[in-house]
Amino acid sequence: MSDQQTITIDGREVPFTEGQTIMDAALAAEVYVPHLCHNPEFVPHGSCRLCVVKVNGRFQSACTAPAAAGQVIDNSSDEIMDMRRTLLQMLFVEGNHVCPACEKSGRCQLQALAYYTGMLSPHFTHFFPLRRIDASHPDVVLDFNRCILCELCVRASRDVDKKNVFGITGRGINAKLIVNAASGKLGDTGFSVEDKAFHVCPVGAILPKHKGFEVPIGERLYDQQPISVVGDVAAHDEENAHA
Amino acid sequence: MPEKIKVATASLAGCFGCHMSLLDIDERILDLVQVVDFDRTPITDIKKVGPCDVGIIEGGVANAENVEVLREFRHHCKILVAMGACATNGGIPAMRNQFTLEECLRESYVEGMGIENPMVPNDAEIPLLLNKVRPLHEVVKVDYFLPGCPPSADAIWTFLTELIQGKPIAFPYTQIHYD
Amino acid sequence: MTSAKTELEGFVAEVVDRYGRDRRNLLQVLRTVQDQQGCVCDDAVQTVGQAIGVPAMNVRSVVEFYSFLHGTPRGQYDVLFSDNIVDRMLGKEGLMARLCERLGVEPGVPRADGRVTVDNTSCTGMPDQGPAILVNGLALTHLTPSRVDTIADLIERGVPLQKWPGIYCEVEDNVRRRDLLLGTPFIDGSGIRAVLAQGPDAVLDEMMTSGLRGLGGAGFKTAQKWALSRAAAGHEHFVVCNADEGEPGTFKDRVLLQGHANLLFEGMTVCARVIGARRGFLYLRGEYRYMLELLEHTLAQRRRAGLLGKGILGTEGFDFDIEIHLGAGAYICGEESALLESLAGKRGVPRKRPPFPVTHGHDNEPTVVNNVETFSAAAKIAANGGAWWAAKGTATSPGTKLLSVSGDCARPGVYEYPFGITIQEILDDCGASDTAAVQVAGPAGQLVPKRDFGRKIAYEDVATGGSFMIFNHTRDLLAVVRNFAAFFAHESCGFCTPCRVGTSLMRDLVEKVATGNGTQYDLEEMKHLGKIMKQASHCGLGLTAPNPVLGSLDKFPEIWTEKLKSKDFEPAFDLDGALSEARALTGRDDVHAHIA
Repeated sequence: MSDQQTITIDGREVPFTEGQTIMDAALAAEVYVPHLCHNPEFVPHGSCRLCVVKVNGRFQSACTAPAAAGQVIDNSSDEIMDMRRTLLQMLFVEGNHVCPACEKSGRCQLQALAYYTGMLSPHFTHFFPLRRIDASHPDVVLDFNRCILCELCVRASRDVDKKNVFGITGRGINAKLIVNAASGKLGDTGFSVEDKAFHVCPVGAILPKHKGFEVPIGERLYDQQPISVVGDVAAHDEENAHA
Repeated sequence: MPEKIKVATASLAGCFGCHMSLLDIDERILDLVQVVDFDRTPITDIKKVGPCDVGIIEGGVANAENVEVLREFRHHCKILVAMGACATNGGIPAMRNQFTLEECLRESYVEGMGIENPMVPNDAEIPLLLNKVRPLHEVVKVDYFLPGCPPSADAIWTFLTELIQGKPIAFPYTQIHYD
Repeated sequence: MTSAKTELEGFVAEVVDRYGRDRRNLLQVLRTVQDQQGCVCDDAVQTVGQAIGVPAMNVRSVVEFYSFLHGTPRGQYDVLFSDNIVDRMLGKEGLMARLCERLGVEPGVPRADGRVTVDNTSCTGMPDQGPAILVNGLALTHLTPSRVDTIADLIERGVPLQKWPGIYCEVEDNVRRRDLLLGTPFIDGSGIRAVLAQGPDAVLDEMMTSGLRGLGGAGFKTAQKWALSRAAAGHEHFVVCNADEGEPGTFKDRVLLQGHANLLFEGMTVCARVIGARRGFLYLRGEYRYMLELLEHTLAQRRRAGLLGKGILGTEGFDFDIEIHLGAGAYICGEESALLESLAGKRGVPRKRPPFPVTHGHDNEPTVVNNVETFSAAAKIAANGGAWWAAKGTATSPGTKLLSVSGDCARPGVYEYPFGITIQEILDDCGASDTAAVQVAGPAGQLVPKRDFGRKIAYEDVATGGSFMIFNHTRDLLAVVRNFAAFFAHESCGFCTPCRVGTSLMRDLVEKVATGNGTQYDLEEMKHLGKIMKQASHCGLGLTAPNPVLGSLDKFPEIWTEKLKSKDFEPAFDLDGALSEARALTGRDDVHAHIA
């Protein structure tokens, strides 16, 4: 035990093994580091930047930075929380996030993180981009308005389902999710609700048809307790799927 | 007895749901009126806002009249509060931003079902619509935001009591929600 | 219909074959397809995807990443104006408006008859001889009103580009000061002979002695990079030259490539011998397409001279060759890991680091990525020894540096100086007077005010990849910042949140203040936004994108404050303008139809 290597997150000693990232070590020790594009089942991506922490005074994303003995990590100072809140505000104004009209509300990771960081408004000027909804698939609705470009569906479809249904095109603020069909429609792909890619969306971009608003307000995943306690929505959906 | 705090409220492009939620504070309103006087609100039916300590606005900015009312509030109120989802991010009315104004008006007044005498209304009495529905903070400086669709009566109560007592406003976790 | 489709399929199959049916050549294939077809249409996307074994969606996403690739037809003549601030100072905006008017086109919109498109592009690397344009990918310089009129005429008459006056396409070197790199003799092959005679260890030692640091701007020790890559285990090692000189205001690599390519290729070959590479790549920015034939010709000459290919200089087992890959209009590909993605035929999105390219570069194998200038210096250091290089410059910045000087001065061009030269000395040499500020290291660098002209060009003081843009007292410095903010928003790859959204938010805030609609509140907003971008961004683009705003707010606050409309708060958008659609639809123009 004495040769166990550790890092320190917010004053707490957290053990790690060689090859783990800061995020891996934190998850194993049940220390919450906020994240949207990270899902421990997939190769780290590092795009949402919500998990950026201050490592020995330098800003690094916890999901991609290797843990190294003696690191002193700030994961919750006002400075870090202000940065995260601002990143969330950017995501909110970038898309069209109308929570009252979204079936994912109450178990949406974007919304839950905004609650967790005490975000009371989107603050910035809204882009109000024009994005259409794709309802061509018999079982699934794809709402591009809510996509935050975390690429979890891209990774799941490519690496797990081996179907390559989703991709990202464009550049800068015009970057967007696309579907691999000549028509551009999800209904013209081999996508299925059995796919891993169907179960990993942290927001309300990929949702089942024919159901919604099933759980009363007050009883939903993040209604009573914060995401730091409850954890990722995908982990819960998996539990439900296996139950 | 110390002077009462003067509060005004208005609903712009909203549904009055936030005002209903305000009334949902139930009997606590009796405590509130001990320390608060209401100026212009839908409850008092005063039409013009005067000098106030706090202005609370429900709804986003969808037309020229909304802009005018919002600016009057900003001018007269020391503290301006955006109450609810629509005031904060445009909310449901801002879903029309997915369409051009022409599409919206044609659907409503020209091509929709059951329309007689189809034409886009152009009476000078009718406020013109903005190209897009906007949240309050894109038009005037907003001091506080009270999210929710609507914010719960408890959240409104937390906000008002802490504001009146001059405390920093700290909502418990369950009182911050966007729906 | 079907015959057109069969024809397309045949053509695509031939192109894909030519590129070895290798998906890593996707970008090169797409460039070729567009050259012949005018664009990469939906059918071409599907056909290329099938032929090369990449999902069509991914082909489309590559097309839509690069500015020079298009999914829909552009004009038969595609005219792109370099939109760098220096081109603007030389009159670019007026000339572009003139050309648009002559041709009857809107910027960015193909003319109805399909003849021509006129649009903007990021700096094409010609600010020493601007205003510059690209026509169908080829560089034209020294634009004047009369040349614009001739060009309009040539386009209307449909004269092929090859038959346009040759002088239009002349690119001058404009070398104004020479030192170790440009001013001393070099015998082709002498660097390679040195490494063959002394062995890789000795040459690495010389490189170490030289203290050479990455001259692209980052300043990493070259010997250390080579040693790390050499020591890294892999199936194969690679040498990659970063010739994606995209930092606005930089053009010194253009001069090295155009006039001294042998030196560069020699440096790459020396590196190959040191790290044990058999293949090298020159990643050439799309804007320098005009040099491709010249560079291919130089490579062929070197093969004939035994300086490249199998058994270099008769040494058995010393096999090394160089391929040229063309970029397609993406500043981000100057970032080395984004460049490697692009070299693999993908979108130029910077990779996560670690691992670094020295261990996991091209094909995930150990790779040295160096700038054109660095490889060129390395060739001479191999031949002349490390002490020769270290004799000039400063202790922490040994040797010399090429600077690309442009803007308000009598003699723009390339200046080679020992590190440690002061900004004032450079200004004196190039004939700049009445200088208010110098933008060193491009938009990502810093705007240096007059009081700091005594500062030195060196890694320990004012570091630079070579861009040096001069502004005199008549210039509107806010226009400079505005140009840079728009540049970063255009060039962000869109991968990470702070850069993707932040660069666009910043551009809009700068625009708001610059157009006289800003307040102190907006300035505070910019500071906060810039701080978050610098904390959270994934790569150097996002980390440096706020520099023009933050730097000028700090060093030149008056250019901002004098533009403020009020102290308090102004709307994020034009209120009265927001009623324009409703006015048009109702035909109203009464007093209530406006917001004062």
